[in-house]
Amino acid sequence: MASPSYHDVQAGAEIAPRQYQVMRRDLVRYAGASGDFNVIHWNERIAKSVGLPDVIAHGMLTMALAGRYLTEWAGDPGAVTEFGVRFSAPVVVPDDDKGALVEIGGAVTGKLDGNLVTVEITARSGDAKVLTRAHAVVRLAAVLAQGGDPLEPPQ
Amino acid sequence: MAINPDYVGRTFEPSEPYEVSRVKIAEFATAIGEPSPLCRDRAAAQAAGYPDVIAPPTFAIVVTSASNANLMSDPDLGVNYAMVVHGEQSFTHTRPLHAGDVVVAQSTIESIKQVRNMTTMATVTQVRTVDGEHVCTARSTLVERGA
Repeated sequence: MASPSYHDVQAGAEIAPRQYQVMRRDLVRYAGASGDFNVIHWNERIAKSVGLPDVIAHGMLTMALAGRYLTEWAGDPGAVTEFGVRFSAPVVVPDDDKGALVEIGGAVTGKLDGNLVTVEITARSGDAKVLTRAHAVVRLAAVLAQGGDPLEPPQ
Repeated sequence: MAINPDYVGRTFEPSEPYEVSRVKIAEFATAIGEPSPLCRDRAAAQAAGYPDVIAPPTFAIVVTSASNANLMSDPDLGVNYAMVVHGEQSFTHTRPLHAGDVVVAQSTIESIKQVRNMTTMATVTQVRTVDGEHVCTARSTLVERGA
């Protein structure tokens, strides 16, 4: 996905949606990497005993996927300066070879000074909105550094 | 037992210093599928203007959760961890965390509210280097069901 420049991007622009597959092994890997070993993220028996339909993904993994969506769009993992979400429904991850699909979309809602843009994010899994009130501030390159059509820098 | 409302406004001791390593950043990036070389290759990160490999934006949870674990284990606060779910999370970064940072996290309880049969607790955690440079402010809302 080609990253946009601040110069080019307009408020209202949609960011191409992407799908992320989340399988049980991804939950185990995220548990190890993050240090969050809550059993509801890997033990079906205990997840069901506390009223969940099955093992669920870490909310922070869902948020991290939305973060990755933004940083891949911006072309820089350091580009997201502000990022907030509400965890509105769990991502249920069955024990099969498909797991869960999380579909993330976004739109530019405004332009700020300093090559920053505001972005609103949507995240769904199955019929559920898994993140709500998901907003970010993302720094974009002022102009495209290379490739594509040459651009006049702003001013 | 519900969460003790007397804790609103309380600031906890800062966490032990946490040293951000290249290996941990790469491990975290792989776990979330972040493909960028800026999380793995020091030369690429430096070419992009960073001092060393940088962490993805939600990596700060690794640092702040250690601080919040101190808070959650305070018996007088009365959190029933088995009944807790994560309600909201946000990060405001002054700059990305990078390998070589040595940071401490310090948490303050901003609010404790009873809503029907649930209790919500909002915390704010400041992440600073041991030299006092602000890196990230993380806000977290936990929801305790039942009670």
